[in-house]
Amino acid sequence: MNRFFKSMYMLMVYLFLYIPVIILVINSFNSSKYMTGWKGFTLDWYSKLASNTMLLDAAINSFTVAFLSASAATVLGTLTAVTLYRYSFFGKKLLYALVYVVIMSPDIVMGISLLVLFASIKIELGFWTLLVSHITFSIPFVVVTVYSRLSGFDKNVIEAAKDLGADEMRIFKSVILPMSLPAVAAGWLLSFTLSLDDVIVSFFVTGPGYEVLPLRIFSMVRLGVKPEINALCAIILLFSLVMVMTSQFLMRERK
Amino acid sequence: MKQNSPVIELTNITKSFGENTILKNLNLSISDGEFVTLLGPSGCGKTTILRLIAGFEQPDEGRILLAGSDITDQPSNKRHVNTVFQSYALFPHMTVFENVAFGLNMDKMSKSEIKAQVNDALRMVKMSDYADRKPSQLSGGQQQRVAIARAVVKKPRILLLDEPLSALDFKLRKQMQVELKQLQRRLGITFIFVTHDQEEALSMSDRVIVMEEGVIQQSGTPKQVYEQPANLFVARFVGEINVLDTVVEKHTDNGFACKIEGFSCEIHSKKRPAEGSKVSILLRPEDLRVEELAKAEKPEAGSIFGRVEETTYKGATLESIIVLPSGKKLLASEFFDEEYEEFDYKLGQDVAISWVDGWEVVLVNE
Repeated sequence: MNRFFKSMYMLMVYLFLYIPVIILVINSFNSSKYMTGWKGFTLDWYSKLASNTMLLDAAINSFTVAFLSASAATVLGTLTAVTLYRYSFFGKKLLYALVYVVIMSPDIVMGISLLVLFASIKIELGFWTLLVSHITFSIPFVVVTVYSRLSGFDKNVIEAAKDLGADEMRIFKSVILPMSLPAVAAGWLLSFTLSLDDVIVSFFVTGPGYEVLPLRIFSMVRLGVKPEINALCAIILLFSLVMVMTSQFLMRERK
Repeated sequence: MKQNSPVIELTNITKSFGENTILKNLNLSISDGEFVTLLGPSGCGKTTILRLIAGFEQPDEGRILLAGSDITDQPSNKRHVNTVFQSYALFPHMTVFENVAFGLNMDKMSKSEIKAQVNDALRMVKMSDYADRKPSQLSGGQQQRVAIARAVVKKPRILLLDEPLSALDFKLRKQMQVELKQLQRRLGITFIFVTHDQEEALSMSDRVIVMEEGVIQQSGTPKQVYEQPANLFVARFVGEINVLDTVVEKHTDNGFACKIEGFSCEIHSKKRPAEGSKVSILLRPEDLRVEELAKAEKPEAGSIFGRVEETTYKGATLESIIVLPSGKKLLASEFFDEEYEEFDYKLGQDVAISWVDGWEVVLVNE
């Protein structure tokens, strides 16, 4: 009896989580335009999506920004994490705490403060402001991911490298980087995903000349959800699934 | 064989971490080719000495000289000194071969030269068959061998070993002790070995340095440290020992007279502490002779007697705790021999205790 309730409870939780997603995927293959009921299988929405150049342009923009911001954030975040781990200096604890502040602070605060910053130094909103903003909010996630991996290291391993004649550069290249690689990759994937689905910050910091996917979808659904958006979301869902599985795989490698 | 020129000299070293002074005005000189063990309880500063020599820590005061040249300010990657860590600290993402080659790669040696030297080093520690394995695929003992190979392949002036055997099981530890000793003889490199295991220290070293709270208590051969401890700390830390406190009553022809736990004794000693001074008589358990007394037998005048309280069978020896009438407990350890294979004491047995004159150690208490 007890076991029955336990499994029922689990089932309910997962249904609650996944029913909307399942409905979305099903509807992306539904030939009914208004999603009022199942009218038969179709791939029309996917082909319609392929010819929607505005949506596709936004998608390309999104992936470009996600790729570039994730890469930049990974480099900066990894270096920050290594610095925090490796060296002791005045204000180190404060710096580490500040990393968490950015993670905890609401997107809306982040978005507005960035907007104010860009406005005050008179930078035109567009690709560059968007990229800088995405790098900014991704860095802390990379720092935390890489730092946690580093703090699991045996400190003696780094001392051993130094003992055997390696200078700081070689220690980083031959020991720290290879050993923290799974976390670095996981950090990159995390940043990529964060950038790809960010709406709030992007809303404030991009200009009309550079539209990203979440914002494009956001403005499209104001006039009702079109089935091709279901198709697009289904594709993105598949993509996220692959990302999650990859990052899980990488994290498991650490053991 | 042994050269007397010091390979490493530490002069007036002081080191503290925050409020804690770990080493205070320490002086230490180690000759080339010596096998020296730093022995002491945890927190006595022995590992700190090693880390100072390796360059992982900087002394607050004092200088460190390696073969006559000052290396105090030299970073550890420039010192001709290598370390074997307690945790082995192998590079987990590299194979055994790559681990051992790491140090040589740093020296910008040619590929073929590296290969030859790494293979030599691996052969020396009997790990040639495991060159392509990752450290995670090796047992603790095997990892330790790789760690040793990785350090000695650099041909350091000094090899520093920080409790390298403490993670191994008893049998493997014994075996590695012998191998390390042989390795040191073969290579002729100075070994500085840190341990808190007194038996390990005694069995391996040319010289044992006993430390407590950042101060060297005694430095000498294993025999000296064991048989002539410089003070009570060394006596108690290095092996089991019975300590009998007494006061010198008067000098005699061969030594002095005193009362030990109520028994009048004459101690035959070259040391003649002033009459009335407090001394400790130290006796190793294996130096005590125990003789059974028949029920009604009266002990000889001048001998010490007591009663067996506990006996422990230790395989090669029988250990007994003997209580003196004063309540003081003594530990005696006797070897089984052919004549008395079956010997054992009944609990409560009256015994007389004696020792060979001159085998006791007399320490004058300040």
